[in-house]
This record gives sequence, C-alpha cells and structure tokens, in this order.
Amino acid sequence: MSRIGVFTCHCGENIGATVDCAKVAERTRNVPGVVHSVDYKYMCSDPGQSMIKDAIKEHGLTGVVVAACSPRMHEPTFRSAVEEAGLNPYLCEMANLREHCSWVHEKNDATTDKAADLIRVMVEKVKHNTPLHPIRVPVTKRALVLGGGIAGIQAALDIANSGHKVVLVEKSPSIGGHMSQLSETFPTLDCSQCILTPRMVEAARHPNITLMTYAELEKLEGFIGNFKATIRKKARQVDEKLCTGCGMCITKCPQKKIPDEFNEGLGKRSAIYVPFPQAVPNKPVIDKANCTFYKSGKCKVCEKMCPTGAIRFDQQDELVTLDVGAIVLATGFKVMRTDKFPEYGFGKYADVIDGLQFERLASASGPTLGVMKRPSDGKEPETVVFVACSGSRDRAKGVPYCSKICCMYTAKHAMLYKHKMHHGKAYVFYMDIRSGGKDYDEFVRRAIEEDDVKYIRGRVSRIYEEDGQLIVKGADTLLGGEPVEIKADMVVLATAVQAQDGSEELAQRLHVSYDPYHFFAESHPKLKPVETNTAGIFLAGACQAPRDIPETVAQASGAAAKVASLFSKDELTREPVVAVVNRLPAPTFSYCVGCFLCQSACPYQAIEAEEIRGRDGTLIKTLAKVNAGLCQGCGTCVSTCRTKAIDIQGFSNEQIFAELMTL
Amino acid sequence: MKIGYYPGCSLLGSSREFDESVRALAPALGLELVEVPDWNCCGASSAHVLDHHLALALPARILAQAEAAGLTEILAPCAACYNRLSTARDALEKDPALAREIEAVIDLPLAGTVRIVNILEVLDRFKDVLPGKITRPFAHKVACYYGCLLVRPPKVLKFDRAEDPQSMDRLMAAAGAEPREWNFKTECCGAAFSVTRTDLVAKMSGKIVDNAVKHGAEAIVVACPMCQSNLDMRRPEINAHLGAEHTIPVLFITQALGLAMGIDANQLGLQRHMVPAVMAPAAV
Repeated sequence: MSRIGVFTCHCGENIGATVDCAKVAERTRNVPGVVHSVDYKYMCSDPGQSMIKDAIKEHGLTGVVVAACSPRMHEPTFRSAVEEAGLNPYLCEMANLREHCSWVHEKNDATTDKAADLIRVMVEKVKHNTPLHPIRVPVTKRALVLGGGIAGIQAALDIANSGHKVVLVEKSPSIGGHMSQLSETFPTLDCSQCILTPRMVEAARHPNITLMTYAELEKLEGFIGNFKATIRKKARQVDEKLCTGCGMCITKCPQKKIPDEFNEGLGKRSAIYVPFPQAVPNKPVIDKANCTFYKSGKCKVCEKMCPTGAIRFDQQDELVTLDVGAIVLATGFKVMRTDKFPEYGFGKYADVIDGLQFERLASASGPTLGVMKRPSDGKEPETVVFVACSGSRDRAKGVPYCSKICCMYTAKHAMLYKHKMHHGKAYVFYMDIRSGGKDYDEFVRRAIEEDDVKYIRGRVSRIYEEDGQLIVKGADTLLGGEPVEIKADMVVLATAVQAQDGSEELAQRLHVSYDPYHFFAESHPKLKPVETNTAGIFLAGACQAPRDIPETVAQASGAAAKVASLFSKDELTREPVVAVVNRLPAPTFSYCVGCFLCQSACPYQAIEAEEIRGRDGTLIKTLAKVNAGLCQGCGTCVSTCRTKAIDIQGFSNEQIFAELMTL
Repeated sequence: MKIGYYPGCSLLGSSREFDESVRALAPALGLELVEVPDWNCCGASSAHVLDHHLALALPARILAQAEAAGLTEILAPCAACYNRLSTARDALEKDPALAREIEAVIDLPLAGTVRIVNILEVLDRFKDVLPGKITRPFAHKVACYYGCLLVRPPKVLKFDRAEDPQSMDRLMAAAGAEPREWNFKTECCGAAFSVTRTDLVAKMSGKIVDNAVKHGAEAIVVACPMCQSNLDMRRPEINAHLGAEHTIPVLFITQALGLAMGIDANQLGLQRHMVPAVMAPAAV
C-alpha cells in the first residue's frame, strides 16, 4: 500500500500569490494513497528539506511529491533530500505549480483547482514508480582539445597540469591562433607574442600534451568518458621527425608571391613555408595548391636543399583513432571579411582594411616590421579613420549581436597609430562605446584624452576614393546629425566577429547545439556556461561567442576544471532515465522482434544488436539492446517500437497512463 | 513577350524622350507593351507627405486597373513611379486589413497579383540576346548612374547590391560601352528640390556630374527621369556652381541601347535634351 507525502511550496510569491497553497495541501490530503500533505513558503530551503526528511521517517513514506517550481531547477535538490532520508531518490517527483500554473494563470479558484489536479497526477505517477539506480560507466582519462589558439592552449595546459593526458589538435600548421597575429593587447599594451609564445612552447614541451597540428577531427563516436575520436593528420609533405626547422627548404622555393594567411594577405609567402617565425612546431608544410611540383611535376628544389632529407612528396594523410574521455571545443572565430557593404569599398580599395589586417600592419613581426605603411603604396598614412560596428549590431545588413572586442581593439589601434605617428590624425566613428572590463573604460578615456584620438558618434555612410585619398562620409549624431566628411589615407573597419567556417558541420558531428550564427551553444547561459548539451564536451573561447583574451583564458580554465573533475573519478555515474528493452525470461526472451526500427530512429546511435544463444550456441534471436552510456533518454525509440518492447526508465507506459487516467 | 506598361506623368511630359525611347526599343527586342487602361497619377512626388491613405490608394488604383486588364506584370520606367508602386504594393501585401480598406476607397477589387518591374530589370532579361542586336556599339566611356529611387529602400526593392548596383553597367558593357568605376552611383541628385531650391540641386547634382567627368566618363547613363532632368536641365546652374564647363551628356539607358542597336537618334528623342546628346557614332 502506497504511503505518499505531498509538499506544496509557495515559492515565495511565485506560486503563493496566485494559488491558494494551504487549500491545495488540505485537498490533497483526501487523495487516495496520500498520508501526509503540508504547505510551506520555501520548500527548497534547509527547513523545507528537513520537513521532507522528517516526514519520510515519521510517516514511513513510500513516495514523495514536491509541488513547486520546474524540475529543471530543483529536482536534484529534492531527490538528494529524499535519498538522505533513506528513500530511493527516484521515488520523488515534482509537480510544476510554477511554470505550469501560477505563472501562466490569474489568481482565482480555477488556478487553485488546476494546482490540485497537477498534484493528483503526480501522486498517481509516484505510486507506479520503482527504485532506479545510477548507471556506472568507466572513464578514459585523456582529453581532446580542438583548436590551438589561446583558448585551446590554456585548456590543454590546465588539464595537463592537473596530471591528465591531453591531445591538442589544430587545423593550421602552427598553434597560436588569432592571438599570435595581434600586435599589442588591451588594456595593458603588452606585446601579444611575448605573452603567448612561451605558452605555445610550454604546450609543445609538456610531457602530458600531444600536439597534433595540421590535423582535423574527422569522426567522433561514443559518449562521456568513452569517446572514440578519429583525427585526420593532413600530409605536411615534410617528415616532422627528421626536420630540424632550419628553413633551408624555404630559401629557394620558386613560388614566392602567395598571399600570406598569417599576415592576412598583406604579405607574401612561398609554397613551402612556416606560417610565422615563432611557429610551434617550427616545421614547414607544403601548400600543394601552389607548389610547382604538384602543378607541373617538375621542381623539387626544396628536396635538394634539405640537409636532413625530410621532404616527402609522397606523404599521405593519416587517420589516427584515439580514446578520450572529454573534449574541449576551442575552435575560435573569424572576422567578417566581405564586400557585403559595398558602400565601404572593402576589397575595392587597398587602403580599406579590417582590424586583423591592422594588427599585422602594427606588429613588429608584420609585413612592414611595425612601421605604419598603407597597403596601396607604402605611404605613411597621415590620417586614419577607424569604423566601429562594421556589420555588428546591424540587423539590416550584418549581424544583430555586438562583436564585443571591437570597441577596445579600435581604441587600441588608434592609440598604437598615434604612438607611432604623433603628428597623425586618428578618427573613430562609433555607435556607443562598450568598454566594460577591468581597466577597459580607463583605456578608452586614455585614447581620447591623452592620445588625442577624435571620437565621432555616428555611422559612416560611404567611403570612396578621390584624388588618391579615401573620403569617409558620415554623420556626427552628437551635433544633431551634422554631416562629416574626412579625407583619410587609410580606413580600418572593425568588422563583425563570426563563427569559424565549418562550425555548423562540426557541431553536428559532435551533437552539440549551436545558435543561429553558428556559435556553439552552452548548456545553460548562466549556470552551465562551459558545458554543452552533450555530456563530456566543453566550450572555451570565441567559438561560443565573441570574447576577449582574459575572458577566453578564464573560460578555458573553467572548461579544464570541468574536465579535471570528470577525470577525478574512475567511474562516472549517470542518471538512470534511459531506455531499456524489456527482457522476459525464456522462451520469449523479450517482446522485441528485432526489427531495429529503433536503431534507425535513435539520434545518438545508442541501440545495439544483441544475439541470444541457446546452451548449445545456436542463435535463438537477435534483440535490440540499449547502450546506457550513449542513451540520452529522448524516447524516440519508444515511440517507434511496434511491439512496445522499449520503455524509458521512470517514464514507462504504465506511469504515463496512470497520470493521464487521473485527469 | 507581353508586358503591362505604366508611363506615368513624367514620361508624357518633361521626359517624353524616355517614353519615346522605350517604345522605340521595345519592338526591336520583341517586347510588346500593353498600356494600363485609364491609369492615374501614382502620387510619387507629394501624396506620401500629405496623406497615407491617398499615397496608397493612387498606386492601388493603377494596380487594380492592371489586374482587371489581365496583366500580371507592369513596367514602370519612371523610377519614382516604380518606387511608389512597389512600396504601396509591399505595404498592402503585408497588411491585408489595410488592403481591404484601400479596396473600399478605390471601389475596385484588388487581389495583389500584379508585380512592378523597373526598366533595368526588364532589359536585363534580354542580356543574352542583346549582344546579337548591337550594330553600332556605343563605344564610349560611361558613368552608370542609378540614383536613389531604384535601389532604396533595399528591403522592398531588393535591387542587386543596393549600395553598388551592377545591372546597368553590365547592360552598357554588352552594348559596347566601357563603364567606369566612379563614386556616386547611388548618390542623391536632389530631385525633390529641383524647383524650390535650385542652389541645392546645383551642389548635389554638381558633385555627381563632376565625379563622372573626373573618372573619364564621356556620357552619364541614367534610368530615372528625375535624375536625367536634374543633371541635364540644371546644367547651367551646376556649371555656375562648379565654375566648370561640363558638357557631358546625360542619356537614358534606353537611348544609349537604342543607338547601339541602330535606332535613329530622333526616334529615341535625343534631340530633346538640353545638353546636346548627339554622340559620335562608333566605328563599326
């Protein structure tokens, strides 16, 4: 005989203001099977939880219904309270009086009636509940970090320093990411490479880190603690073990005019190249699309130059399979590089450049060695106009979100320019200045007040060339929309930060959700900012949203901490709310007829085939079997099963029908 | 190919040469123009500042008349008409209740089945056959000037690359011309002030004419009667303002294409321009 206790919560005013909780508790007392029913202002508080625990012991309860907020919020709270009192946690259910009733209805008798009904439904469900036990799965204590920018490097180092193995996979020939391209960093104006390259070397030399550059994730199978990742190591055409990084091969390469990715097209590289002098690893790659040998079958000059015989024209891509327990996604961002705004003439005029290109122009390791020279003719730009929000916060033509870093890097750019050319003029067109961050607003003020950067609030309408100068037309909205026209030698567009190319496809491969702009989505915007909806996959850096360096590093460390805590146990426990195929004893073995419709329906590849054999080894039947490690409890298999042989534990047909029949 | 034709008032008055050149060009391209019966003013210049309902009812009546005549598409060569008709159609399509209200005002059924197309859109459909019809290539450097009414607002008009349109440049290149890169393809010419503030027009149109000349153009090609009359008729004021003697002619695209296709200059109305627009025929 069931002995159910019902605990109705006021949730402060949230439920109490519209539902007569005392009356609900009173009425619930008469529901068959209920032996105890009370109401309380904050059931989730310590005294509230004690009430539940005491009642379980005092009344010998066999089931508990907490009528309160969303189970998303407090189901774990109440389940652990129930467990502390010695009852199986899955004998506790919640009736959602808040989202399902008090928040969506006015205060009246019907609302109170509905609340009482919702409780009756859950009481009936609890009567059909059975004790469930957490699933235990083993953990492979090795992490995979995708992306070798500052986010990936930081996450890899933190995980490695906590004593676990890490594989760091980067698609380009060197780690370092966008941060290695930056000149100085805000708000301290310290040299980006000076703080980053030691980290790059540390990551490469760390005994717990395996670096795989020029490599990409091909396939991912498995589940938290037990992923199987297939990595494609692209052929560098250079034997990494033999290569000493001397650079002889590069000296005589006949192809020298290929636009340089690292310098954002402002410099040139050869077909066999190292992306930049401080690259890690310092080993060249051959760009097959531009290599004379691959185009014409003749050349191989680099092979002749190489003193160690490391060039391998016949090298093929290699597939490596790895067992890993957790994954950190740190694939970063790109800047919107487009002629989508023809009015700004990007791509048409050589001297209209974007923020990353300016970084290279200002960088000591850049194509001009840090001397301010405009791309078209190498002239020193006497007047430079910076345009913030080029494509950001622009519903009509660009992206609606704020790209977050541009206000700061634009102030930095203007400042760097003024520091290099004291007599030059720097103008910034902005919509508003978003400089929230430690020492950030002070930094912008410094640009305006100390470095005499002219800030004009207004959008730029058009940029065109006249007599060798760029004419920037805009409006000063602080002067009542007065038209402004500036003759500039160079224009820098702070273009929108966008998700990396291919991020949508990568997200699908990893079963990670993503937002409309293809940034990866976190599991909860506030309380689970580094988790994804797929257990065991974590996020770091600008692959989730536009981010600056401090925030990226903090998030990377957060993701690493999550990985470390996952690796701190030898076994993982998982919620037992998964599908099970019913197993009756011989001779039927199961209702399952082995049609495997469920297998094709399952989005998580969690259904396996299980052969039932007799004592003599003959095959009696092939059944579907659920891999509890992979199953996410979505229930798609249950709805496709023709023989009703599959149930979700805790949501069986009997339980659901019991709920429905109560109404 | 049959298409509805809405000349509007400017093509019967100040820009007769546009109407003449469209009508001269159409048969050469195999295009049959069916004039919308009993059409009325579209209200482009002033209705929208006076009364919102009037601004919708005037174009709505034209659309209803076209619908009654069984037309599904009407060509409005005048950019202002095109803009006004398209904007009204868009507003009525988005708000069915308003459409029923306007239906009552004009006392005609309006199903909203008629599309409005501009002259460039129509000509663009012949881009494949056009090169075969060129007998006297328009071998001049030209500045293609689109103005504002054909391209704005982009959400309603959906012109190709609203800030840097290309279709007229492509058509002129097909006719043997050399379209120049220049700066003011869609700059405002100041047409709204054509009568009231000629000083402003001189300044605004002056920039356009000056820039076209600076970039080596021998002719400005337009697709809007307001642009044409401003750049052409106001040339004395423009030149006075600039302190220059710009004699660059301003041709409608239909005139330029017509010349290239060997149609007689008078048939295309070229003699009507204020700034002489007789272009030296190219060596064939």
